[in-house]
Amino acid sequence: MAYTVSKLTDFSAKALTKESQKLLSALEKEAKEVKNETDWKAFRDRWMARKNGVLTQLNDLWLKAAPKDAKREVGANVNELKQKVESEVENSKRRVDGAGSAPKSVTKKEVEHVPTQRRPPSGPLDITLPGIRRPLGAEHPIIKTMNEIVSVFRNLGYSVEEGPEIETDYYNFEALNFPPDHPARDTQDTLFIANQESKPLRDRLLLRTHTSPVQIRAMEKRKPPIRVVCPGKVHRNDALDATHSPIFHQVEGLAVDTNITFCDLKGTLDHAMKALFGSSVKTRFYPSFFPFTEPSADVQISCIFCGGKGFRDGARCPNCKSSGWIELLGCGMVDPNVYGFVDYDAKKVSGFAFGMGVERIAILKYGVDDIQHFFQGDVRFLQQFR
Amino acid sequence: MKLSPQWLRDFVDLKVNYHQLAEDLTLSGIAVESVSGEGESTVFEMEITTNRPDAMNHYGVARECSALYDFPLKPIAPALPKATGKSAFSIEIAEPSLCPRFTARVLRNVSVKPSPSNIAQRLALIDQRPINNAVDATNYTLWEMGKPTHVFDLDLLQGGKIVVRHARDGETLKTLDGVERKLTAKDLVVADAKKPVALAGVMGGWDTMITDKTRNIVIESAWWDPVTVRKMSKRHGIHTDASHRFERGADFEATILSCDRVAELILNSGGGELVGEIIDVMDRPLDQAPVALRVAEVHRILGEPLPVNEITRILKRLGFELISEPEREPEFTVRVPSWRLDVEREIDLIEEVARLHGYDKFSNTLPPYAGSVIERPHTAEDKKLRSSLLALGYDEAISLTFISHEDAEKFSPVPVLELENPLSEEASVMRPTLVPGMLNMLAYNLNRGGENVRLFEAGNVFERSGELAVQSAQICMGATGSAVLPDAHQKARPLSFFDLKGDVEQLLHAFQYKTLKFEGTTSDYYHPGRAARAVMDGALVAQFGQLHPEIAAARKLRQEVFIAEIYSEQIYKAGLREVRYQPLSRYPAVARDFSFIFSDEVNFETISHSISELKIPEMQSFVPVEVFRGGAIPAGKYSLLLRATFQSYERTLREEEVAGWSELIVNALQDLGGTQRA
Repeated sequence: MAYTVSKLTDFSAKALTKESQKLLSALEKEAKEVKNETDWKAFRDRWMARKNGVLTQLNDLWLKAAPKDAKREVGANVNELKQKVESEVENSKRRVDGAGSAPKSVTKKEVEHVPTQRRPPSGPLDITLPGIRRPLGAEHPIIKTMNEIVSVFRNLGYSVEEGPEIETDYYNFEALNFPPDHPARDTQDTLFIANQESKPLRDRLLLRTHTSPVQIRAMEKRKPPIRVVCPGKVHRNDALDATHSPIFHQVEGLAVDTNITFCDLKGTLDHAMKALFGSSVKTRFYPSFFPFTEPSADVQISCIFCGGKGFRDGARCPNCKSSGWIELLGCGMVDPNVYGFVDYDAKKVSGFAFGMGVERIAILKYGVDDIQHFFQGDVRFLQQFR
Repeated sequence: MKLSPQWLRDFVDLKVNYHQLAEDLTLSGIAVESVSGEGESTVFEMEITTNRPDAMNHYGVARECSALYDFPLKPIAPALPKATGKSAFSIEIAEPSLCPRFTARVLRNVSVKPSPSNIAQRLALIDQRPINNAVDATNYTLWEMGKPTHVFDLDLLQGGKIVVRHARDGETLKTLDGVERKLTAKDLVVADAKKPVALAGVMGGWDTMITDKTRNIVIESAWWDPVTVRKMSKRHGIHTDASHRFERGADFEATILSCDRVAELILNSGGGELVGEIIDVMDRPLDQAPVALRVAEVHRILGEPLPVNEITRILKRLGFELISEPEREPEFTVRVPSWRLDVEREIDLIEEVARLHGYDKFSNTLPPYAGSVIERPHTAEDKKLRSSLLALGYDEAISLTFISHEDAEKFSPVPVLELENPLSEEASVMRPTLVPGMLNMLAYNLNRGGENVRLFEAGNVFERSGELAVQSAQICMGATGSAVLPDAHQKARPLSFFDLKGDVEQLLHAFQYKTLKFEGTTSDYYHPGRAARAVMDGALVAQFGQLHPEIAAARKLRQEVFIAEIYSEQIYKAGLREVRYQPLSRYPAVARDFSFIFSDEVNFETISHSISELKIPEMQSFVPVEVFRGGAIPAGKYSLLLRATFQSYERTLREEEVAGWSELIVNALQDLGGTQRA
């Protein structure tokens, strides 16, 4: 006698299992009897026809009839049976078709209807278990900080320029108004490329000690007005320890135009520091010395840890050594000698340049206590910046 | 450099407390780094910029205070007794271009003994060790007015004269630090009739120094060529307070004053008499041209209309002399004082005015701008690569730029750039590849218990090309551990070659290319058979795979490590893929599976190629779904389940069409030697 779906009165798990077994053995038996296309169509219609197919009956007689509290359990069961029916119908089709079979897991001929949702697990879902996270990579804090600085200046109309990390003496020193044998070169702790003695001094190769050479290269390429910001890696002859590193990163900037003044330099950097550290930050400028700028200045910002008070929680602020100020960058009006190297007319144009160490800013922003962390690739460190 | 603010009071009346003074000086460019001690023992730690040797002493800082607070500056005026007799001492300058001025005095019958307490205490306060009254007098003078001087024991100078000359090759000099130094013709020395007695401007000689036995003294105050002193100081590795000042430019006009000041101090403490008049040999006067200053230029550079009287007040207080008064003149000329060799141009004067006016008094303005922003080349490509790598779960890392010779040889065939003064043997070559740096970072993590690591570094690599350095951008990825981390929901899955390959494919997919091939040939530091290189339109764009087990063992990498090198510059040439919209088909797609057994020699690329050669326009994809070896499959063969998907943009496909294509595919696969599975 052909299988018919029984009307359920008992919706217990035990009863469900028993009824399901009946259905599955009938399914298996009938599938075996499918020999050709015609058999298969009949088989398919008997089980899957929308009107009165076995699956439709299951839906009506089991699922719809189930009391509220059993609905979930019955639903899962019906779903499972439905999949088995669909795959048996599909398998028997492949058997009668022979070669070029439709994919196994596909329930209908049309791939677009492949079920993408997996069957929910039976039983309760502990939604408090941690989710499955696909790991995301972490941005390096130095690159992230460098990009932040650059974007502040981009928003002010500065173009981004890059240059070589191995420079000539000319670009790193001479064109920046460091004459040969000038003591100012001592402050640069330069790493030199070997075997350069046969060349004239200006052509000798070295690792750039600042990104300022990029300013020269930019001015060689373009006439004023010019606004560029130059991020990049620089090197100094300093062994790696908690406070020193042979590599670090700088962002330098340059603006040259008619009528650029010292007040403009101050205003620009004051704006940039507020953009980077918050609008309540104050800046303070005091004289300094760089061969390629004059007048030159160092810039301090009011301590971001104690708000410039010098004291925090009743104690001396360790970050600014209680001074209320933190030294952050160097800057100045471009020295007229520099214009001579790039063929700008110092009588007509004026401009300013500034430079800041990215590590120093990142250390401040994130409170990092050891510069070595930046260059060791330790994922325990890096992943804090996700 | 240390400075006693109490000492400043010798020259200027200070009406502020020392902490205020420290801040005021700092804000005018004479940086006080820290303040220690109290009252008369207060000490400032100074950080004087290299252009300001004139401020590396008390009188120079007092002068700054005078300009800052607008107080008069008291002169240094040594009171000397009348000289007796003749010194009978001569000075001969063989190198006048390197020593344009040499001033000396002779003292006789001096008793050498400890300095009086006021001198000794002042020196001790600024960390200068008192030695004896004669040496301390030179030291005191250096810290008081910045001019280095030297004292010789006259009786130890042979021939009663001093000769300034180049050393002769082979000559030696034992310097005051006790080191016997070999001299060459490059060295400039102060010599007596026979032998060198001092390295000019750098350090005196041991054999002619002042001792307890000294009775007669020669005081030297010279002006040395800065570059010569700097080169000697570097060559001999001696940096002294004297060389520091001479190489930055000492005060040419202070030779007499300093000589007299030293003489005064010695005579005051050690008695004796001044013999003969001062000996002052000068080849030429200091060449310091007057500098013109235009008020309009001050305003153009600084952006604020400083009053003329403020400008002139500042300059006068600093010792600049107005040659022409700026009554109504828009331009005037100033004479630069001899201690300010750093001031030569109008801009130098503008800086003086700005810094003493006070930088913070200038307003903050933003300049207008009419230019455009020009994009750096490859910004878009770099951003795409970086954001993809981050999305793929690689943490961004930065390693050092230098590697060892050994690593350079092992991991790169290109000529390298060596460092002249490397930090260490392990860091002596500019990296020609990012791989060793990546392996070091992976090892660093593995050694600290990090088992699952995925890192990337985007950086420059360097190679030598003839006399030039060539820099190119690369990306290196490194991965070890699990591709899927085990948790409550899923089991771990170890990383495999195909994880790396998939990541590389994802990165390359963003670029525009016609063909992309993966080949089995790689550098020999990769695991043979578990590595590949990617060739995009004929150019090598990447290589990746498992690290060679021997290399991994040598570097003590305890688990399988995978690396990928992406040659960014090559991909830049391809450019980012330009996305063109593809219309979506309104008709259903049909999939067909093909289960075959192939011999190992037939790889997927061959299969895929032969199927694409069928040129079935409706075939949308042809992919491997399952690969299986072992079990019932004989050795040397493998089972492959393939899936073709067909779809038309014009109509619903008919059964017979699909069956026809399936047959074509089956035939093609059989032509490759494949056997269809039942």
